[in-house]
Amino acid sequence: MKKTLLTAVVSAAVVFGYGLQAATAATLDDVKKKGYLQCGVSQGLPGFSSTDDKGNWSGIDVAFCRAVASAIFNDPQKVKFTPLSAKERFTALQSGDIDLLARNTTWTMSRDTQLGLNFSVVNYFDGQGFMVRKDMNISSAKQLSGASVCVNTGTTTELNLADYFRSNNMDYELVAFEKSDEVVKAYDAGRCDVYTTDKSGLYAQRLKMKDPDNNVILPETISQEPLGPVVRQGDDQWLNIVKWTHYAQLEAELYGVNSKNVDKMKSSDNPKIQRILGQEGDFGTDIGLDKDWAYNIIKDVGNYGEVFAENLGPKTELKIDRGQNALWTNGGLQYGMPIR
Amino acid sequence: MALQDVSRNAGPPKVAFFNDPKIRGWAYQIVLLAIVVYIVVVGLENMFANLRAAHIASGFGFLEDTAGFSVSQALIPYTQGDSTYLDVYLVGLLNTLLVSIIGIVCATILGFIVGVCRLSRNFLVRGVASVYVEVFRNIPLLLHIFIWYFGVLRLLPSPRDSVSLGVFGLLNNRGMFVPRPVFGALSWIPILAFVVGIVASMVLLRRAKAHQMRTGERRPIGKWVAALVLGLPIVAFFIAGLPLSFDLPKLGTFRPTGGTTVLPELISLFLALASYTAAFIAEIVRAGILSVSTGQTEAAYSLGLRPRTTLRLVVIPQALRVIIPPLTSQYLNLTKNSSLAVAIAYPDLVSVFAGTALNQTGQAVEILMMTMLTYLAISLITSAGMNWYNAKMSLAER
Ligand SMILES: N[C@@H](CCC(=O)N[C@@H](CS)C(=O)NCC(=O)O)C(=O)O
Repeated sequence: MKKTLLTAVVSAAVVFGYGLQAATAATLDDVKKKGYLQCGVSQGLPGFSSTDDKGNWSGIDVAFCRAVASAIFNDPQKVKFTPLSAKERFTALQSGDIDLLARNTTWTMSRDTQLGLNFSVVNYFDGQGFMVRKDMNISSAKQLSGASVCVNTGTTTELNLADYFRSNNMDYELVAFEKSDEVVKAYDAGRCDVYTTDKSGLYAQRLKMKDPDNNVILPETISQEPLGPVVRQGDDQWLNIVKWTHYAQLEAELYGVNSKNVDKMKSSDNPKIQRILGQEGDFGTDIGLDKDWAYNIIKDVGNYGEVFAENLGPKTELKIDRGQNALWTNGGLQYGMPIR
Repeated sequence: MALQDVSRNAGPPKVAFFNDPKIRGWAYQIVLLAIVVYIVVVGLENMFANLRAAHIASGFGFLEDTAGFSVSQALIPYTQGDSTYLDVYLVGLLNTLLVSIIGIVCATILGFIVGVCRLSRNFLVRGVASVYVEVFRNIPLLLHIFIWYFGVLRLLPSPRDSVSLGVFGLLNNRGMFVPRPVFGALSWIPILAFVVGIVASMVLLRRAKAHQMRTGERRPIGKWVAALVLGLPIVAFFIAGLPLSFDLPKLGTFRPTGGTTVLPELISLFLALASYTAAFIAEIVRAGILSVSTGQTEAAYSLGLRPRTTLRLVVIPQALRVIIPPLTSQYLNLTKNSSLAVAIAYPDLVSVFAGTALNQTGQAVEILMMTMLTYLAISLITSAGMNWYNAKMSLAER
């Protein structure tokens, strides 16, 4: 009797004591062992991460996950996607369910410092806007006092909205849903006068509405929304891989290297290009990868400009121009750190 | 002789201390308790260690921070940017309780009606009740909620084309806008009169009942009760100089201003919860009634009681003993199901506290712990109340 009790206590202690340890091991080793990258994305935001009718994922966040997979495995298909609501996303990353969160997530100080997470880079500079129905004849957000506003819970959107109305001494009714689809449906059903989120999101979600052309986006941008991929805090190697994946795509764009000419560029005499493509120096091994890491990214996924054009640019339904997301040399904010 | 011997020696048999069943029982309990406490302590310690290791801030200090967001329905004063996360918790809790309580009341009434109808001798009544139960029981609740919500929204006009309900206010897809009573300084007078009226009627009713028990004769006191409960406060209201006015809703650019708003989210969540749970309650009621043997009904009929009186005085009181325990679990279900509110923007506890507040603060462990304990407390209190009622009903057993 005593013996069984003791074993029970000891085994309970063992299960409890060690079973709950969060996964703190090196993420890169975990990913390599699994053989794929587990990437958290949105539940369907055209241009960022959404599925077509065959279940294939696309969007710039999806492309980012694929770029990381290419850098590690030389295979952009070695990714599994976890669709997450705004509310679920940080818990999924903290608990180790996903290795990387690329879900149009705004970089804020509290998220960066209090959640045990680290933001890496900004893959899309955005700002919050408002959408109203055309027949309301509203031309400025300043006319919205008293309006009912549909938003997603668990977003920066909710807080910026509050700040904006408060600082302009306006009153509003908050109608907050957990899932974006419900937000859009409720706005479309007339529950709200206004739909607010990141401007890119407004363009994307407008495509899902009954009559997209009857909705206009007001000129005001009320916040900074630097959107970027997030990793767990305390794994510097993994953070480096994610950061440099983005910089490699920016540097490639800057020096004119793209998925079509990358093989030819391998023999370029420009030392900057040679360093990116692993012809000179051995930058990949220092971050736990091999020297072809950036070559693979560009070959499989493309440079930043290509990814943007394919998913958000004028040729897509979203028709978003580069604006702030142009390279710094073209007056934008996208600035790659030098690979050297 | 031999018998006596046995009885004299029949004290507690002499056994070793550790073999005494009483002491053993205690010992087992203590060991079990120690294990439970140990596991909880180790679990908590481990959790906090892991939070620290993952650099996640923890603690309950955030409850005093101000919350920057607004909430569409607050039963206590709430101002965005002034109220704290603790206020958010209370607002959410009250909203959960509001929809649960009105849901429980209406589900019970509807469930009893449908349950009785399922046993009706009238084919049509029985058929309608059966269809109701099957339809509502077999569709997932979340779907009910969406159907009601988007159905209600589609049906209602935009604020500009609000339907006027006359003195009851306005109706549109932003909700029902009803006049808000504004109490004057002397309004305590009619309220006091109302309370006095109720107490006096209760005394009257009790005496009338005692009289009936004694003599079998019924006293016609209906008129008196009406006069006390309604007449007295009305007279007092006039004497106090009409100390009540109404803040009427007025059409504005967006939703109407003034008055009190009943959100479409509240209406549809309430309708979905009440109609869904009523289907289950109906089945419980039917089972309860069927559990009362037909002999009881026959005996009542042969005493000359009419069917309705038989149901009310003979069958239902006995059926209640079977009905109450499963009814309790339906009440608990309804309360827990109200957390589906998050799907349609009703600001319940899960939506505003375990949703918005959690995301703004990132204190997942603390907030989820508080939310879980709150639901546990609500459930335990509901069960305790129902158990008390059950015990009271069982006393009638003979
Ligand atoms: N950038 C904001 C908002 C992000 C967000 O969740 N936006 C919504 C509305 S555009 C969204 O991504 N919905 C898509 C989905 O949930 O699948 C944040 O990080 O808090």
